[in-house]
Amino acid sequence: MTTATDSPVRAGDSPFALSHLDALEAESVHVFREVAGEFERPVILFSGGKDSIVMLHLALKAFHPAAIPFSLLHVDTGHNFPEVIAYRDRVVAQHNLRLHVAHVQDFIDRGVLRERPDGTRNPLQTVPLLDAIEKNRFDAVFGGGRRDEEKARAKERVFSLRDEFGAWDPRRQRPELWSLYNGRHAVGEHVRVFPLSNWTELDVWQYIERESIELPQIYYAHERDVFARSGMWLTAGEWGGPRDDEPVERRLVRYRTVGDMSCTGAVDSDATTIEAVIAEIAASRLTERGATRADDKLSEAAMEDRKREGYF
Amino acid sequence: MTTTSHEATATSLLRFATAGSVDDGKSTLVGRLLHDSKSVLADQLEAVEHASRNRGQEAPDLALLTDGLRAEREQGITIDVAYRYFATPRRRFILADTPGHVQYTRNMVTGASTAELAVVLVDARNGVVEQTRRHAAVAALLRVPHVVLAVNKMDLVDYAEPVFAAIAAEFTAYAASLGVEDVLAVPISALAGDNVVEPSAHMDWYGGPTLLEHLETVPVGSDPSSEPARFPVQYVIRPQTEEHPDYRGYAGQLASGVLRVGDTVTVLPSGHTTTIAGIDALGRETDLAWAPQSVTVRLADDLDISRGDLIAAGAAPAPTKDIEATVSHLNERPLRAGDKVLLKHTTRTVRALVKEISYRIDIDSLEQRSGAEGLNVNDIGHVRLRTAEPLALDAYHDNRRTGSFLLIDPADGTTLTAGMAGEAFETVRTTDAPDASEEEDWV
Repeated sequence: MTTATDSPVRAGDSPFALSHLDALEAESVHVFREVAGEFERPVILFSGGKDSIVMLHLALKAFHPAAIPFSLLHVDTGHNFPEVIAYRDRVVAQHNLRLHVAHVQDFIDRGVLRERPDGTRNPLQTVPLLDAIEKNRFDAVFGGGRRDEEKARAKERVFSLRDEFGAWDPRRQRPELWSLYNGRHAVGEHVRVFPLSNWTELDVWQYIERESIELPQIYYAHERDVFARSGMWLTAGEWGGPRDDEPVERRLVRYRTVGDMSCTGAVDSDATTIEAVIAEIAASRLTERGATRADDKLSEAAMEDRKREGYF
Repeated sequence: MTTTSHEATATSLLRFATAGSVDDGKSTLVGRLLHDSKSVLADQLEAVEHASRNRGQEAPDLALLTDGLRAEREQGITIDVAYRYFATPRRRFILADTPGHVQYTRNMVTGASTAELAVVLVDARNGVVEQTRRHAAVAALLRVPHVVLAVNKMDLVDYAEPVFAAIAAEFTAYAASLGVEDVLAVPISALAGDNVVEPSAHMDWYGGPTLLEHLETVPVGSDPSSEPARFPVQYVIRPQTEEHPDYRGYAGQLASGVLRVGDTVTVLPSGHTTTIAGIDALGRETDLAWAPQSVTVRLADDLDISRGDLIAAGAAPAPTKDIEATVSHLNERPLRAGDKVLLKHTTRTVRALVKEISYRIDIDSLEQRSGAEGLNVNDIGHVRLRTAEPLALDAYHDNRRTGSFLLIDPADGTTLTAGMAGEAFETVRTTDAPDASEEEDWV
């Protein structure tokens, strides 16, 4: 390729051009406002992960200078990173938000759920999630899922209807045309809404940089006691790791995704700043889920199966 | 190669769609675009190689990258529109990859509805076939501004210019007759890589851009300053706080055009006029906003405005309850005259009656078939509707966002039909044999 073709087509070429981040932001804000206009009881699923943080940031901008007309819901696996819980509580206080927490531990204590042999609690989130949706009569549930994350998600709609069991039937999805989102649903059904559908991991990071959004520190390189399992670096924690045959070592790592500590792996990294993280992701040869999520390695259709049952 | 990726500098976004059957090499082309632009990452490729080996295939089957559902992999078909994301030094891309055979029209209509460019694939050995004309018609129906004809498998016709030239001429003439504004034909071999990302060493006679070069440089969007402003109100923002006791802003995304502080605007369907007192761009005050920005508009006068109203500048459409439209029927349940439905147009949903199925359009021959009892799934047709409340519709020809609508089943909320106000093609030919005397497979 000649050097002449390497110049980016700049947004500034026309006075009315939008950068890709501007275009994605405008689309996501449109989605938030559609939901505010058409639903009675929307809620944002907020994990303290970067995608849900960007969702919240977009929602705050969409309704400025008014408060966001939604509450937040966190499904707490009990295996959370303490830094992320602290971040969550700080953000909730700062913006005067209303937070619902559904605890996986409560369902285990009541005998509704049982611990899995592998100790991971990510797949156990579905029951508490659906219970919270039903009890609070949430009719629209925002999730931070992106289509670039995983191949089953590539076929997900922005507005995704779930039946009274919370189930997703990929073959019966409503066609979604233009920017006309059909949120009609019967009593007991709800709609999952994915405002970040068209964002990539890199877009999310570039937007975090552009908007100077604060993230939990575990997204940046830090020293941590970790051990190797299934080809990933896991943090030692109360949930059962490491085993005797899994030596712990101190390494410079960071997290690309934030989920349950039991199945979310860290990557070796010296990226301590947002600029360094962006450079690292742009050069990465692995997807974020491939690099760091054991739950998606369970089978070729692991994500599709969890989504069908009501998972995000 | 520097350590910072080219992706980080991409600044504009192009949405495009591909159309073509498996036999035309569409999966190979998409796989090559993703692979050669280095958008397929190591773990994805590893997963595809692993799955291909399990199926007894020697080479990795790049179609497995896009076939995300278990049923698709089991049956070796693509069921649904898959969205793919990649970037080059110059641009970010969203690709709507639509399947070639199953629910073909419905899926391509869906993918094309948001696309600014459509890639239509043909096999150089077969030339323009019925399906090619159908792809062109759907792109024209949805008013996709740019169409690329990718004449694939040039390696199998000895990279012969006359073969390409004849196909290109036939397709270009056909697309032009449908009203497609911009057509480019590119001779490629997706398998060998000719003219997809890198220029071909076998086709010196072709002086145009490679497919990717064209995708990187085609203009994105239209010029907002040349269009009348359309701003459907999504939501009224009223903080009612001590800091903002009287703030009243109308939140929405500009469907077209430019709004400036001081502009005179009309609020539809009421018809009241006022001026723009202020524009808030997601928390930052500004003098100017343009499509497709999401902003909040404050008006000089205290009018009764709510979700579903349209703030318009320039020549405003006359609100009407009688709508004529070209439609693409999306659901297994047929659409029939007398059906009572919901019509969703921009941010307004109203009750509507299907007054008449005027005719079905044979998308292959572009002939009108009158006397249709109803429209079946994947049918294109022309209908007359009567709405319970007036709507401010533009012709779809003039505005894809304010000229489009959905018909929805009021009983269960199913999306039934995609509608485009006005006529689809300027050149639809009518047949001399109307009515039910025609034996057709659509009854």
